[in-house]
Amino acid sequence: MDDMRLTERTVDTNESKITARKVQVYYGDTHALRDVDVDILDKAVTAFIGPSGCGKSTFLRCINRMNDTISVARVEGEIKLDGEDIYDAKVDPVQLRAKVGMVFQKPNPFPKSIYDNVSYGPKIHGMTRSKAELDEIVEKSLRRAALWDEVKDRLNEPGTGLSGGQQQRLCIARAVATEPEVLLMDEPCSALDPIATAQVEELIDELRSNFSVVIVTHSMQQAARVSQRTAFFHLGYLVEYGETGQIFTNPKDPRTESYITGRIG
Amino acid sequence: MPVLWLVLIILGIAAVGYVLGRSRALASAGGDSRRLHSLPGYYGANAALKSIVPAAVVMVVWLLAQPLYVTSVVSDMIPETSIAEGSSLGLVMSEVRRTAEGLDNAVGLGLMTEDFARNARADLGDITQRLRDAGQIVTSEVTQPIMRAAQQFRVMNATGNLLMTGVVLVLAVVGMLWGMRESGAQFRARNVVESGILALLVAAASIAILTTLGIVLSLVFNTWEFFKLYPAADFFFGLEWSPSFSGRGGSSELGIVPLLWGTFYISIVALAVAIPIGLFSAIYLSEYASPRVRAFAKPMLEVLAGIPTIVYGLFALLTVGPMLMRVFGDDGLGWMQSGTAVMTAGLVMGVMLIPFVSSLSDDIINAVPQALRDGSYGLGATQSETIRQVVLPAALPGIVGAILLAASRAIGETMIVVLGAGAAARLSMNPFEAMTTVTAKIVSQLTGDSDFASPEALVAFALGMTLFVLTLGLNVLALYIVRKYREQYE
Repeated sequence: MDDMRLTERTVDTNESKITARKVQVYYGDTHALRDVDVDILDKAVTAFIGPSGCGKSTFLRCINRMNDTISVARVEGEIKLDGEDIYDAKVDPVQLRAKVGMVFQKPNPFPKSIYDNVSYGPKIHGMTRSKAELDEIVEKSLRRAALWDEVKDRLNEPGTGLSGGQQQRLCIARAVATEPEVLLMDEPCSALDPIATAQVEELIDELRSNFSVVIVTHSMQQAARVSQRTAFFHLGYLVEYGETGQIFTNPKDPRTESYITGRIG
Repeated sequence: MPVLWLVLIILGIAAVGYVLGRSRALASAGGDSRRLHSLPGYYGANAALKSIVPAAVVMVVWLLAQPLYVTSVVSDMIPETSIAEGSSLGLVMSEVRRTAEGLDNAVGLGLMTEDFARNARADLGDITQRLRDAGQIVTSEVTQPIMRAAQQFRVMNATGNLLMTGVVLVLAVVGMLWGMRESGAQFRARNVVESGILALLVAAASIAILTTLGIVLSLVFNTWEFFKLYPAADFFFGLEWSPSFSGRGGSSELGIVPLLWGTFYISIVALAVAIPIGLFSAIYLSEYASPRVRAFAKPMLEVLAGIPTIVYGLFALLTVGPMLMRVFGDDGLGWMQSGTAVMTAGLVMGVMLIPFVSSLSDDIINAVPQALRDGSYGLGATQSETIRQVVLPAALPGIVGAILLAASRAIGETMIVVLGAGAAARLSMNPFEAMTTVTAKIVSQLTGDSDFASPEALVAFALGMTLFVLTLGLNVLALYIVRKYREQYE
């Protein structure tokens, strides 16, 4: 794993953006996530790794309360964003999701034009006063997602007509257009080919200068390439959390070592 | 021999063929079914199919062809002179058929000997009297040519039936023997039976298609007849609908425009009721309702689709009409003369169409991938924003398809209109006035005893044809839109 040494591991701040304490998630009778304590840093990329069904996506969906849309899911414990409990009754999950954007496993552009896809969030949140401002946001978001040059001449064509990698970058542009503080990515590259994956990974590294990025991935190489912090989940427990280089080269827990060396999972 | 018996005998032969074919195949493999190419049952089925199929095909064709042949031969026997003034060959032929039937029944009851029935020289007055005594319907005194024709008719039918029985039974037995001969271990019975099943399915499909074709052709020919009697331009562009039922024609005004206007007006009112209610209930059921509510409410809504339209018609006539009269009638606003009006029929038809729109839209909304909803929620959109801006636009082509299907139902609806909208063909903008539709007029033109060859009766086919073309066009459009939509997500 030579490329691990290439990645910048230093983080700009040591401030926690999200703090989770004793988080439990139940799907009906199934106890899917147990006692998760984690501090996610601001302006850094945190990777969640672990075998399928270990609870990493479930935890990710707790951070922007997407689990609310599943009727049988129940969340206990405390998750704080900037010191504010996001499961407090005062918090509007819709407002929260504007602050905590999400990119999904499969590219899911809306069946609208590229422009409308990106401007969707800013429009529903009333972030702009004029068409010119909206144009500006769309351009800025598409540039951030490294898609502007490829689509600037066809902003009115449907987003569903783009290639898979372009669609995923469109979804990232759509997510950053609402100026979130945290960006959650649920296996954003699993439906992409290696070239598109490389583009998205490069993008993730750039995004960390503005956002706190949390990425769920099945690829340990990807976690090693893009993240500064890594959390390893196994069977609903957060087994180990720490600096990415340390997790991959010197894991403290035997389960982590078994997983990254390919003996379990 | 009655056809039923013949069918039972063929089935019996087939059953024997099944057992023999199966056991012969087993015997050829020395009783070890593993050495057969196919399972033993397939050899039996092969023999059974070979005994049934050719025999049944010949029987059906024969049963269809024999009456045609006999009728054409017998009608040649009837001289021009014996067709009375104002009558026709068809009427004389039905007289012949009735007489033949009477003879059959009289012989069956033992009132006549077979010889007597066949004897052409018998005294006609006597025969007529004997037939009357036997309780057979004979219109007037049977004349000589009719008697001869009837006798010939009986003889030919009897021979025909006998021949058919023979041929069919021989075919069945030969088929069975053929199937048995084939039943050796190497014979690929499985493949043969498989292609037999394929042929069966193809036959079923082609019967459905050919029937449709037949209906369309009968419409086309009768429409053609109508346009020979009545100018097409007057029919399509005439603003007046006032058929005279004197049967002499000439004084009828048969313009389709008032009927089409009534059809469209009522359909528009119906759709104005059904689209919002159906669509909103579909949105509620698919997006907001808890599984418990959904499990209860969806079947309840679909019950509406199971109510016969005549019941809706009664509802319109007895409940909705009087209710509207109380508000808009002479006691209220004074816009409405009677309970039967466009509004009455339109409202009730709208209720009828709700389950169409809601059920189809519900399926279509459910087919929108959850990933799109998640994407929208993930950006901080509320549920109604997500539905309005993501789910509905994605489902829109399918919903339009559902609405077009509902529209073609509305255009073709009859009973509600007959009972709820009145019978006056009128070109008016007032929705509280009685109007009528194409379908309701087809009913009224064909019920009653007008001459079937008059333009007043034939116009029903032209109306039907117009309606058929309209609804076909709507359905094709709907299917096209729905199909185009499906391609997007697969």
